[in-house]
Amino acid sequence: MTEREPDGRVRELATGVTAESPPGAAVEAFDERPEGLEEEMLTLNFGPHHPATHGVLRLLVKLEGEVVKDVKPYIGYVHTGIEKNCEDKSYWKVIPLVERMDYLSYYFNALTFCMSVERLLDEEVPARAQYLRVIHCELNRIHSHLVWLGTSALDLGAISMLWYCFRERDKVLDLFEASSGQRMHTRYIQVGGVIEDIPPDWGRKVLEFTEDMVARLGQYEAILDRNEIFLQRTKGVGIVPPERLLELGVTGPLLRAAGNPWDLRKADPYSSYDHFDFKIPIGTVGDCYDRYRVRIAEIRESCAIVRQAVEGLPEGPYITTNRKVALPPRHELATSMEALIHHFKLVTEGFRVPPGEAYVPIESPRGELGCFVVSDGSAKPVRVHMRDPSFVNLQSLREMCLDGYIADMIVNLAMLDPILGGIDR
Amino acid sequence: MPDPTGLELIANELRERRPDSIAGTLHHRGIATLVVDPGHVLGVLTWLRDDPLQRYGFLASLHACDYLPHEPRFGVHYELLNMDRVERIHVKALLGDPGASELPAIDSCVELFPTADFQEREAFDMFGIEFRGHPDLRRILMPEEYEGWPQRRDFPLGGEPVLFTHNEHQMPRWYE
Repeated sequence: MTEREPDGRVRELATGVTAESPPGAAVEAFDERPEGLEEEMLTLNFGPHHPATHGVLRLLVKLEGEVVKDVKPYIGYVHTGIEKNCEDKSYWKVIPLVERMDYLSYYFNALTFCMSVERLLDEEVPARAQYLRVIHCELNRIHSHLVWLGTSALDLGAISMLWYCFRERDKVLDLFEASSGQRMHTRYIQVGGVIEDIPPDWGRKVLEFTEDMVARLGQYEAILDRNEIFLQRTKGVGIVPPERLLELGVTGPLLRAAGNPWDLRKADPYSSYDHFDFKIPIGTVGDCYDRYRVRIAEIRESCAIVRQAVEGLPEGPYITTNRKVALPPRHELATSMEALIHHFKLVTEGFRVPPGEAYVPIESPRGELGCFVVSDGSAKPVRVHMRDPSFVNLQSLREMCLDGYIADMIVNLAMLDPILGGIDR
Repeated sequence: MPDPTGLELIANELRERRPDSIAGTLHHRGIATLVVDPGHVLGVLTWLRDDPLQRYGFLASLHACDYLPHEPRFGVHYELLNMDRVERIHVKALLGDPGASELPAIDSCVELFPTADFQEREAFDMFGIEFRGHPDLRRILMPEEYEGWPQRRDFPLGGEPVLFTHNEHQMPRWYE
């Protein structure tokens, strides 16, 4: 077994295997093959229906003994043609569709699509709406990381973590239900703002949750950080240098765990992220353990952002007052003819977007999530494309797994945090 | 994003180095777009990546688009990013439709940006754009034996009829 010092040096432990020498080297040392027998590569079909693939992912694995020699992902099992369907919907009807791509970060999908359309419309979003978007996105990030933590720990055999994480996740979903009526796929973020103001007392509940969450995080760490099995299975596993990760297009916690502090919330602040005081956690070694530490720290930072946003929530409208884009308030319909016409036009045809193309990226729980929208001036988009971080990050799986044990592949896959709904779209 | 002046400087420098490589520039809603000739796309991307003053070293996204009924019909988009200056530039190559059974083709940039591997396969899968020199150009999301290019604008949205008890007699022996 090996362990890494904080400065990245490899410390050798009893077995004489270092992270630099592949596990295969140890196997060869005990290789006493009887005469006349041959070794051959085993091709193993892993998935698509395997509980450790986090969805319907199929991996074609080439094995030499227990050592992985090649991994090829085969995807597309949950391809539903969402991008194609978006082309036949008016802009505001696209929002619930794109939310179903990456089903654990639905607020982010809606936000990046709405921001692209707002860019094309040149529409300003009121400050209160921006804060509400931030609060919901960060709660969504906590929720997404909790599902990741629970399922990843489950892959490593720590089943109790799943129950603990899903308990906290349910509290986030309760908050979503209170603010928008839905637990998942809430359709809360709209072009120009958000659909509704938060209910009274919701802010207090959110603050209570963030306090609770920070306390719970300490308990999670107490379970995992002193668990010898967890440490041995994650430390020193799946290291890919940050330069190579960048070449492969990897962003998000995977890149930050390798020591590159790239986070769009800081680098290119959108939706008033520059108003909040938060840190970008990064790792030093870039192994699976660092990926776990980075995500845990991110939950803590998200709690801090949510707290600041709730406490500093500005007054004002929660959606743009431009009636050509946003629905008029319900009560106006009874008294104002114009409001009625606007409502009718928006519901039947939708708003038209001036011709143009826009690619707007945001930082989702898995990395850079970008939405590319092409408009031809009509009420329906010509093209909606999501640059989904899971899809791009999956390309790095092969390099993480090469020359490691097949058991480490499970850890690598879990720490990659792929969401197959986002990969296949 | 480079401002309009910066974009023109980039375009002019490229025009000097490679005549006919730049088909136009566009600065719209703060997004700088460089329209390049599809034959020169690799050269332009290499220069944008390696020139010490440019250093757009990260390919954030590669996607395709079908502009039917406009000509040229297809667009391949490269979203380049300079992480130090946090500047993005949008490079676009427009491809005509060769018609019949031929596929529009463009050089693959997997050698320059390994991240383009899956994304070029997706563009091939959905739009039938051939990436010359791609190491493993296969369908990625659709089944391998699928015929047609689903995200082209002339590909119908409808699919197979849904089978209910009231219309199952219209499809005899559907259970086989």
